[in-house]
Amino acid sequence: MSDAPIIATAGLNHWFGSGDARKQALFDINLTLQRGSFTVLMGPSGSGKTTVLTLVGCLRAVQDGSALLLGQELNGASEAMLIALRRKLGFIFQAHNLHESLTAAQNVIMGLQVHPGVPEAVAEQAAVHALGLVGLADRTGYLPANLSGGQKQRVAVARALVGNPALVLADEPTAALDKDSAADVVDLLKRMGRARGTTTLLVTHDPRILDRADRILTLEDGRIVKVEERG
Amino acid sequence: MSWLLRRLFGRLPIGWLQLTHNRTRFAAALAGVAFANVLVFVQLGIMNSMAAATLRPYEFFQADLMISAEDANAFNEGGNVARQWLLQAMADPDVADGMGLFLGNVPWDRATKDITFTTFGVDPAQAAFLSPEIAGDAALLQVQDAALLDRLARGLSRDEAAAIRPQSPLAFETQGRTLTAFATFAGGGGFGGDGYMLVSDQTFLALFPARSSNAPDHILLTLRPGANPTQVIARLKTLISDPSLRIRSYADAAQEDLRYQQTRRPTGVIFGFGVLIGVLVGLVIVYQVLSTDVADHLREYATFKAMGYGPRFFLGIVLEEALVLGIMGFVPGLIVGTAILTLMAAITTLPLTMTPFMAISVFLGTILFSALSGTIATRRLAAADPADLF
Repeated sequence: MSDAPIIATAGLNHWFGSGDARKQALFDINLTLQRGSFTVLMGPSGSGKTTVLTLVGCLRAVQDGSALLLGQELNGASEAMLIALRRKLGFIFQAHNLHESLTAAQNVIMGLQVHPGVPEAVAEQAAVHALGLVGLADRTGYLPANLSGGQKQRVAVARALVGNPALVLADEPTAALDKDSAADVVDLLKRMGRARGTTTLLVTHDPRILDRADRILTLEDGRIVKVEERG
Repeated sequence: MSWLLRRLFGRLPIGWLQLTHNRTRFAAALAGVAFANVLVFVQLGIMNSMAAATLRPYEFFQADLMISAEDANAFNEGGNVARQWLLQAMADPDVADGMGLFLGNVPWDRATKDITFTTFGVDPAQAAFLSPEIAGDAALLQVQDAALLDRLARGLSRDEAAAIRPQSPLAFETQGRTLTAFATFAGGGGFGGDGYMLVSDQTFLALFPARSSNAPDHILLTLRPGANPTQVIARLKTLISDPSLRIRSYADAAQEDLRYQQTRRPTGVIFGFGVLIGVLVGLVIVYQVLSTDVADHLREYATFKAMGYGPRFFLGIVLEEALVLGIMGFVPGLIVGTAILTLMAAITTLPLTMTPFMAISVFLGTILFSALSGTIATRRLAAADPADLF
């Protein structure tokens, strides 16, 4: 089982809208992610990158084709199965999507409390530790409004990684960041992914990230047009 | 509060944290819930006051059965009952005693404000038919033109009423006679008259020359200990040859009067609709507060859903918010509601009070409907793919 791919899609198609406005967004996506890899999905706006990410991340129902996530078929999966799978993922969104009323530490705790039976003290300790790893040990009690854009995205990284997910999915995590912050966040993802053996799938059109990828997939008009392997 | 909610739900008190995060919005939500509570309290208070005012005069007397005319839907409505039926009823072995009760409105023209007294004429020798508070002063009514006055009557100043004693009676003219009030009792203004007055049947007939001692308005009966009122009523219905008369237990008479006031008199129907509208508007406000809050946090909830939180988690947050808003909105609502009812009672002398039953039912209703509103509002969240909500 350890050699089984984390993600394997076959003939994945997707449509948006209905009736006359129905438009195909993805065509025959065949994508395999091996354990521990760091894959970048790039392409122009509207090419379907985010759609791929949300489909394999259980954030959107699979319409046609097959998508295996951690060995589970997502096409036709029950809501309970989707909830169980989401708990094994770490998601980082384009906008940090932190909860405005929760402190940095509380936001990270929410990433752990999704797993039933984690004692509060343990969750709190793990959250503070995770914030320390992303360099925010002195910001644990800050509300998101009092953090900079880069700091907020690092809290989001800590929240995604605190539960030791098998797969981290990141949707343009650097889009709202300046050059230095962007490099920080990506290095962080890469370093922590390698340390924990986590698989990472990152969507971007930010060329600054490309040299850190193991593999780069390019999407255009809903089709994978280029696969580039890197050392 | 935060600690309590954390213990209660076994997680971060997210509902509490997001409610209190924006103080202005929180204050507005609480004000909305409090206002909904005040609205229902005032409407319920008005409706209850009519019930209390309707039942109040029945509390001046003690009886087991009451015989009234066919059209006597209320205490002060309907025709007379022939006195012969009192004598007839006394023939039943279980009937202990009986008294004719006279009833009429007596105006007291005053310089500042005229007072209309709903006046009862009773037999001073039969104090057992009077409530304990009044019975002690019944002997004073033996004197011709003596009266017991309602010290809570609308238009009668409290100082003036407090000065009325047997040693310092208050004399006033009405219907061409001079009445002398020797003592007072606690009545209270109603929707009909401004207050109550008790006189002897002899004085009553002097005030109302057209009325006859042979035709009181109601007949009150007491039964021997151990008698079964239902059986006595059945026997009286055969004993009394006028089938149109209403022969009821005294308590039933009061309840039928109340039902009549609430369902067939315009005021009662209007008050009933007032409560209905108040509750509906209150529900709309509470729904608006909860559903707006859910809509405001939909993006954050979608993130939680993407992280793997299930429907029970969101219901928990909404329930938590319903509890917080219900409890914290109830306190100011109760205080303001009680203040408004007290103020209205002082102005109108109607028995407008906050009862524990009102308080508890409004409280539970608020929590229940808040929770329901939040549940309805989260349904959109449950149905949608997280990706569509960002």
